[in-house]
Amino acid sequence: MELKGKIRNFIEENMTIYDDEAVFADDDNIFELGFVDSMFALKLVTFIEREFAIQVANDDLVLDNFSTVDNITNFINSKVA
Amino acid sequence: MNISLTVEQEQIIQDVRAFVEEEVRPFATHFEEQQALPKDLIQKMAARGYLGATFPKKYGGLELDPITYGLFTEEIGKGDSNTRGLITVHVSLAGECILKWGTREQVEYWIPQMVQGKKIGAFALTEPDVGTDAKSVQTTYVKDGSNYIINGRKKWISFGDIADFFVLIASNEGKVTAFIVERERKGLNTSPIPGLLAGKASHIAEIELNNVVVPEANILGRLGAGFTYVVNTALDHGRYSIAWSGVSLAQAALEAMVSYSRQRSQFGKKLRTYQFIQGMIADAVTKTHAARSLCLRAGELRKNGDPEAIIETSLAKYYASKIAMDITIDAVQVHGGNGCYNKYPVERYFREAKILEIIEGTSQVQQEIIAGYGIKKYYTRRES
Ligand SMILES: Cc1cc2nc3c(=O)[nH]c(=O)nc-3n(C[C@H](O)[C@H](O)[C@H](O)COP(=O)(O)OP(=O)(O)OC[C@H]3O[C@@H](n4cnc5c(N)ncnc54)[C@H](O)[C@@H]3O)c2cc1C
Repeated sequence: MELKGKIRNFIEENMTIYDDEAVFADDDNIFELGFVDSMFALKLVTFIEREFAIQVANDDLVLDNFSTVDNITNFINSKVA
Repeated sequence: MNISLTVEQEQIIQDVRAFVEEEVRPFATHFEEQQALPKDLIQKMAARGYLGATFPKKYGGLELDPITYGLFTEEIGKGDSNTRGLITVHVSLAGECILKWGTREQVEYWIPQMVQGKKIGAFALTEPDVGTDAKSVQTTYVKDGSNYIINGRKKWISFGDIADFFVLIASNEGKVTAFIVERERKGLNTSPIPGLLAGKASHIAEIELNNVVVPEANILGRLGAGFTYVVNTALDHGRYSIAWSGVSLAQAALEAMVSYSRQRSQFGKKLRTYQFIQGMIADAVTKTHAARSLCLRAGELRKNGDPEAIIETSLAKYYASKIAMDITIDAVQVHGGNGCYNKYPVERYFREAKILEIIEGTSQVQQEIIAGYGIKKYYTRRES
């Protein structure tokens, strides 16, 4: 599966919103929309580290890195590049 | 589930068991009476590498994997909850979040000294008016040139009265940030909190911060990332430790309950022969095994870096602390009057178990998290 699809799937599976109709665009801030909680952020870090064999560390903690599907994709691309 | 340990891991567990038998368990009541863990006990733990149980070997740690660390925690917790608490706070809370989110300088400065017991770490999140709603901490920080000035109060901080430094959480207009704050900073004062139900030898303290100045280099993680990343990382590790602590109290209470029921007679028969007593033993065995299974599953997932580890750790913490409470209540019951007397350990287990349902996220918070997970995961769209 392409990178964006994987990330979108992960978010959808772990959203803490139970509305079947909840939709978000690739550039929507999923935290601001209230679609995920703060525990999700840690889960996302664990997912990224395992799935893409990269380490997320201090320098990467720019909150924007993880706020939208596009940003997460760019972040991973920049780390694996 | 494969929990076969290597020779080295097995050796560590045997060593810690022997250490606890010799240096910890016989003195647990004494520690409570003294309201302190002896300094030389802490140094002996450091000498064995226990204060760096999970830290990388390159910093002098034992680099225990999550399963071995869990079994290690169980051994210590069976002997004394205060000693186990030092490991929870120093290793799982303060240490793990420095390892994960610290800069290279922070890691290289703090971690080796933590392993050697030269620096004891504590985790300062809770405040007089802010507990569960941890995002709303009222301790403030403001930028002042290249420094930050911190003001506020922290409460119930385990090992706060002896810690050399604190991973301390503060806020600036909702932007929550973690700082490493050394005890010797001017304006920082700690005072012990007497009169606790349990954790009496855990040096639990209140911290006052009056215009405490720390340099920018003491930020742990990034500005604004303190709650989402640092607190959550610390609490996730803390929950894993507390889950195993629940197993340790459950196991210790079960052993005490069984042993007493085999020795004490009433109406000319051993207590163990009575069906109502057997009912309590059966439940205790089943719940202890179930809790250990949950802990092992969480440990296995943690070992594999699986994102599901976070929720499974929550589940294990919730269940293990709950059944530790149930089993320690029954252990007191089986002991009758002796169960209410501190010459028998069950009254201590009973008091310590209650704490586990409150720290690292109360049981109600775990229920909320687990319910949210369940409502998402177990929804089937079928009409009937
Ligand atoms: C022995 C001991 C050691 C501790 N060590 C430390 C430490 O080292 N560092 C640290 O930072 N803190 C420490 N704490 C503090 C501990 O983490 C808090 O006590 C805990 O988080 C609960 O907060 P609180 O006491 O303010 O209770 P409150 O948050 O006021 O909760 C009171 C009750 O309300 C319930 N409640 C609250 N919100 C909700 C909700 N949304 N839904 C349902 N129920 C809710 C709670 O579950 C609880 O039953 C320690 C506490 C103890 C007792």
